[in-house]
Amino acid sequence: MTTDTPAGARVIFERPELLADRSTHYCPGCGHGVVHRLIAEVLGELGLGPRTIAVAPVGCAVFAYDYIGVDFVEAPHGRAPAVASGIRRVRPDAFVLTYQGDGDLAAIGTAEIVHAAGRGELLTAVFVNNGIYGMTGGQMAPTTLLGQRSTSSPGGREASFHGYPIPMTEMLAIMPGVAYAARGSVADAPAIGRTKQYLRRACEIQLEGRGFAIVEVISNCPVGWGMTPTQSMERLREVVAKEYRPGVIVDRTKEA
Amino acid sequence: MTTATIPPAPLHHGHRVLMKGNEAMAEAAIQAGCDAYFGYPITPQAELLEWMARRMPEEGRPFVQAESELGAINMALGAAATGARVLVSSSSPGISLMAEAMSYMAGSEIPMVLVNVMRGGPGLGGIGPSQADYFQATKGHGHGDYRVPVLAPSSIGEAMALMADAFELAEKYRTPVFILADGTLGQAMEPVELQFRTPPRVAADWAVTGADGRPPRVVKSMHLEPEDLEVHNRHLQAKFAQIAAREVRWAGEHLDGAELVIVAYGTAARVARTVIARARDDGLRAGLFRPITLWPFPSAALAEVAARARGVLVVELSAGQMVEDVRLAIEGRTPVAFEGRTGGMVPTPGEVLDALRRLWAATTADATRPTREARP
Repeated sequence: MTTDTPAGARVIFERPELLADRSTHYCPGCGHGVVHRLIAEVLGELGLGPRTIAVAPVGCAVFAYDYIGVDFVEAPHGRAPAVASGIRRVRPDAFVLTYQGDGDLAAIGTAEIVHAAGRGELLTAVFVNNGIYGMTGGQMAPTTLLGQRSTSSPGGREASFHGYPIPMTEMLAIMPGVAYAARGSVADAPAIGRTKQYLRRACEIQLEGRGFAIVEVISNCPVGWGMTPTQSMERLREVVAKEYRPGVIVDRTKEA
Repeated sequence: MTTATIPPAPLHHGHRVLMKGNEAMAEAAIQAGCDAYFGYPITPQAELLEWMARRMPEEGRPFVQAESELGAINMALGAAATGARVLVSSSSPGISLMAEAMSYMAGSEIPMVLVNVMRGGPGLGGIGPSQADYFQATKGHGHGDYRVPVLAPSSIGEAMALMADAFELAEKYRTPVFILADGTLGQAMEPVELQFRTPPRVAADWAVTGADGRPPRVVKSMHLEPEDLEVHNRHLQAKFAQIAAREVRWAGEHLDGAELVIVAYGTAARVARTVIARARDDGLRAGLFRPITLWPFPSAALAEVAARARGVLVVELSAGQMVEDVRLAIEGRTPVAFEGRTGGMVPTPGEVLDALRRLWAATTADATRPTREARP
């Protein structure tokens, strides 16, 4: 898909082959597009496109199959890790990837993600956490921060009334079936670069047969948060990243 | 406890063995080429899962005891979306949990076989045999406009034969298929002549296998534009109409000259058979009409049989569910009576015979008005 390059010039940035050449349905400034791009880059660089079977969630990323050029199965809300486990068991040679948001993974699909991780399924799970239900209009999610306003916590999330945010990736990381758990961010270019490294490692771990690998990516939701894209990125960096701290949470491939 | 029923020797086609229904269905699935099994323990189908736990690894095929019925059915959805031949089994409360994924599979056109070894409801109910999930299996189960073929065996041998047929139907029409058994069929042991069959594989040119040398495929049920969803739904309805036209199955016994017809399936048909033998000894000309496909329901055949009879008695292990389809088929032209027990109770032959005699009395009392509804 390279465009004609004038003599003497060279291409240093282009659309990854596995990323569809089309505009997305995502709102302006949304982080999902960045995560899609990183996945397309990593799958392309590892040569996994022809082997990949991905599982799409219910939520804002429901149309992931329209943007990332690999085989996809649509999962019912929250069930992507179970769907992916079924694929894994009958297709040992496939590369299996799940993509879920925080409502999908941390609320309705809690049992499925915990047990897929507990079984140590050879899956690479991408968990995009923007702390809100974007698709349905900005309701409170399990990962919504204390004090954060949403359409279903209009006065702000209160621990005594709504309960506490759930640190899913830290919870999953304590299980021996989880080979790798990391948290990235789309707040700025350096964070995006590190997130790509985490995603790449999470894919390699599946290829090495080491166990379950998950990368949480903290992201923004300008519309749901009631902010401009720039403000939302500032909040992601200054507020959200202080609660959900980016970095490698566990890497059992380095132990033992 | 269950290991005592596992035969020590391998099971060979043509051999006559004593087998438990749950285990027989499990082995029939393996012999039919089932590539993967996903399940969750629930009475009265647990032996099916236990058989698979032992046998599937022996065959080098995947077995997963899932975290829930939701987990099991969604694992099946994923595995079947790759073109694998997949079995899931459960019992009534578990089947309710699977309704969501069944609707997705119907919409995404994913073939898969689901066995329901029915127990008494509603709610947690009990663990005795029941046919109270007839509505659930034939009238919807999950949300949205869809139908699922429902096969109802009435013996363990028939359950084994229908397993292969179920996989064949599922793959031929790209649809989930129900096998509707009840706790008696699952738990009872009876002699069966092993008749294994492996249906031929259909090329799954829609399945997700990795987009190697071809454009990517998506297995999905979502069509956000109403115009697109209606086109998809019309396609599904055309397929259901084709199944309804081609795949109806039923069996009849003593229907020639039958003045009274008992309509029953599964375990209720076994009771009915006993009743019919006794009734015929008493001089009552009774016959059995046994639907094997509950959807598509054998409406046309039943209407024809009923038109020649004085009365029809429907026997179910429920408060009366299939009887509604019987009445729709007969359209008031022949009196229809109902006899059923619920909660895990099975009607005794004596109870059913009494109901049959009451129906006979009601339909012969006023011979000039044979269309009047019987009031047993």
